Amino acid sequence: MNPNLVNFIYLIAGVLFILGIKGLTKPKTAVRGNMLSALGMLLAVVVTLLSIHHVDFAYIIAGLILGTLVGAVMALRVQMTSMPQMVALLNGFGGGASLAIAVAEYFSKLGMVPSSFADALLPTEANSSLFGAGIEGEVALIAIGLTVMIGAVTLTGSLIAFLKLQEVMKKSYGLPGGPVGNAILALASLAAVAFLVINPGHVGVMLAMIVLALALGLFLVMPIGGADMPVVIALLNSYSGIAAALAGFILGNTVLIVAGSLVGTSGLILTQIMCVAMNRSLANVLFGKMAAGGEKIDADEIYAGKVTSAQPDEVAMILETAKRVVIVPGYGMAMAQAQHAVRELANAMEARGIEVEYGIHPVAGRMPGHMNVLLAEAEVPYDKLVEMERINPTFEETDVVIVIGANDVTNPMARDVEGSPIYGMPILNVDKARTVVVIKRSLSPGFAGLPNPLFAMDHTLMVYGDGKKAVIEMTTALNQS
Amino acid sequence: MEILILLLALFVLSLFLGVELITKVPPTLHTPLMSGTNAVSGITLVGALLAAGAEGSPLLVNGLGFVAVTLATINVVGGYLVTNRMLAMFKRK
Repeated sequence: MNPNLVNFIYLIAGVLFILGIKGLTKPKTAVRGNMLSALGMLLAVVVTLLSIHHVDFAYIIAGLILGTLVGAVMALRVQMTSMPQMVALLNGFGGGASLAIAVAEYFSKLGMVPSSFADALLPTEANSSLFGAGIEGEVALIAIGLTVMIGAVTLTGSLIAFLKLQEVMKKSYGLPGGPVGNAILALASLAAVAFLVINPGHVGVMLAMIVLALALGLFLVMPIGGADMPVVIALLNSYSGIAAALAGFILGNTVLIVAGSLVGTSGLILTQIMCVAMNRSLANVLFGKMAAGGEKIDADEIYAGKVTSAQPDEVAMILETAKRVVIVPGYGMAMAQAQHAVRELANAMEARGIEVEYGIHPVAGRMPGHMNVLLAEAEVPYDKLVEMERINPTFEETDVVIVIGANDVTNPMARDVEGSPIYGMPILNVDKARTVVVIKRSLSPGFAGLPNPLFAMDHTLMVYGDGKKAVIEMTTALNQS
Repeated sequence: MEILILLLALFVLSLFLGVELITKVPPTLHTPLMSGTNAVSGITLVGALLAAGAEGSPLLVNGLGFVAVTLATINVVGGYLVTNRMLAMFKRK
């Protein structure tokens, strides 16, 4: 196939990717956008298959079949509550693919593969001209090195993120020295990249670089926990795109560069949105711990004798006279699989003419937009899902707020207590409502490890127990009255 | 060299375009955006196809190509399907 024609079709594929993402700017056009993007991918793959000659299709067909099977089973079976794990895995596979391409290109251009491990350690005579004429050789080597590095970090980092989200790995581990250890690993891998650009024949250095970068991915994500996961997933999403764009530089392939950089920016923008929503810098999320926060806050002092608890049927009585109710979901709603029960409660309230909306904090859940997907699954119309900036001014005219499974994002200390570790983090001002109902298992602190003065306020009622069960009981009581 | 500059130009312009596009995506669609862009990053499949099939290559190169094709295909198929599943839920009223 004519290379110009191939590149022209790559251009069309790139345009379709752009139109696809543009479609995602509105829920109405989003499905069509996704289809356009998929069509672009199909075009790019088919034209690539038609353009390659003298190839052994056995590996290609086997890979395509295996990948399609695994991908389809994953996509069709995953539960909406497990979407963060799914995205983490997909990020990792993207990084792994880029890593494999870069290493394959390295050995293919080098024209030799060591027959044993001992062989690999013996450097061979090779210079950058094997990888391209003049400066292009060096650039190709830099691209190979960086793709290996970012691809490997994305691969192992995402696998750890998956294990943490799946709650297989519950503890946090780190290198001795924490950020310093990571910095040493990162600098050592960069040094290996630089060394390879000058001495491309040192296969041993390539292998060392792979190992270093894989280790870096592990140790970067292992110390990071629970509520910081949205940032990690968004960042790894970005890395998988950057790795694809870099792979495009290795192969001189335009569509890889366009698609990869779109994904790279997407992940970076989401990362930034998540960091702003937590009032923390990216460096602080990745390397820091939550600040220790002035004097130690005693939970007992805040809660003692001031917490009022209520039964679901008592809450139903308050709801009966309400005109406007806002539901604030958090990760606890996902854990309890309570989204359908919440929708039922909202239905019961709406049947009585009560106005119901949902207040969504940007970092509620374990990935950007997590709560929205869960509620959409429960058939909540998306115009009822209101962002923080728009819902906050309405709390003063709200009769009842129902907080289910959210904690830190409603903590008034972030607004009122200067010197508190979460001071400055934008929160949902649920305490401005006339009555606040908090459904929670116990008074245990959220991810920030802080007591929440909201729970001790005069107009707050604590409903202890399983979120799903409590909501169902409220619905039943409301329907019977 | 000229090609390299062209690729670099493409890269930089795509970054700016990405910023313009992504900032317009509403928070409600951020999860489908992530899985959808994930599928797009499966474009490495194109690179993987080029690496996997190269005839006369050592087994190691073909093997790595096979791994790359498999992983990228999971990304493409899984990413688009799961995004479609999610978006279909947003569509119904």
